[in-house]
Amino acid sequence: MPEFRPRIVAFVCNWCTYAGADLTGTSRMKYSPQVSIIRFPCTGRIDFMLLLKAFANGADGIIVSGCHPNDCHYSSGNFHARRRWIVFRALLDFLGIDVRRIQFSWVSAAEGAKWARLVNETAERIHGLGPFTDYHRLRGMGVE
Amino acid sequence: MKALQDKARELLAGGAVQVVIGYGRGSAAAARAVFVREASAVDALVLDETCLQNLAVYLRKPEVRRLGKAALVAIPAVLRTILQLAAENQVSDGSLIALAVTPSGGEVVPLATLDAVEKHVAGLDFPRGAAEEAELRKFAEMGLQERRSFWEEQFSRCLKCYACRAACPLCYCERCTVECNQPQWIPVPAHDLGNLEWNVMRAMHLAGRCVDCGDCSRACPVGIPLQLLNRRLVDEVYERFAFRSGMAVHGENAMSTFKPDDPEDFIR
Repeated sequence: MPEFRPRIVAFVCNWCTYAGADLTGTSRMKYSPQVSIIRFPCTGRIDFMLLLKAFANGADGIIVSGCHPNDCHYSSGNFHARRRWIVFRALLDFLGIDVRRIQFSWVSAAEGAKWARLVNETAERIHGLGPFTDYHRLRGMGVE
Repeated sequence: MKALQDKARELLAGGAVQVVIGYGRGSAAAARAVFVREASAVDALVLDETCLQNLAVYLRKPEVRRLGKAALVAIPAVLRTILQLAAENQVSDGSLIALAVTPSGGEVVPLATLDAVEKHVAGLDFPRGAAEEAELRKFAEMGLQERRSFWEEQFSRCLKCYACRAACPLCYCERCTVECNQPQWIPVPAHDLGNLEWNVMRAMHLAGRCVDCGDCSRACPVGIPLQLLNRRLVDEVYERFAFRSGMAVHGENAMSTFKPDDPEDFIR
């Protein structure tokens, strides 16, 4: 049996975390290749439905990351997103979906090392949790 | 009941309103909504323990608005719905008269302005029954897998009829994400994945807005306890943000505002 390689989707904001991840690369830091980064204008744009779609399409884990509080390019997008995540986590937990599969984080444009650490640690944790078959098996029951 | 009929007759005869939206006798023991437009027809109005529907759902319907100014028979949950709708700029002051009642009858308090509704609501209690508290506690004590299988079983019965959406007075968007097919956010067929996505979305879009009237659960033809999901989020929003929906005319919406020190123990 081939070794389990988790698929992690990272939803990141354009202004901080994407630039931070860029810095990780230009600083020649190595980190887990199991992450696919999707760039958004702001964490405030990251709708919870996108997270559900990532899981439905095979993600085992998700990283959502943006600017630190008070650093948002649009001044309050990350504050609004934070509220949404609080409620979303409570709902997922109530529905019996493991919230450890989603890692929320603030990574600034200067925190290339933090990004590498975040991805590695998340990959390790998701590896420990195993494939998200609980969710993935819901696929294929319909027509898509 | 008599007091309500008298008040309705007075309002209709005097021309203060053109329609009274209230409860009438439905089939079997159920109550149904009636729209009384003549003073002579107020006998159709009833009020008893079966009158639980949230009549505020009709306030935004164009065909109801066309009838003219309305008096709305309002049990406590409906009063809060009116305030929440007002806070979301969906009803305007002077567009309706709320007839505050309790299902067990008693006096009828006409409230002609939104401020009057707010004042009245401030004096009301919205106690949650011991059984409801116990149910939420039961979920908190369940394991993750147990909760998961519970909801999976419940959602497997979902027909995607969207009766929960139609019954909810706060689910009023003219274009719902459900009808969006570019991209198709919510799959059309009723299968497990789409059913889960729909129910997550419904609960999320009502977070911080739901007034806990319970019409979603009552409307569900297959008996999914939808109100439980909303209730869990009502609690979360109250515990985390000290916010209750439908308490003030100019209330903020919990999810479209923030505090710089909102809890973030889960964010790295």
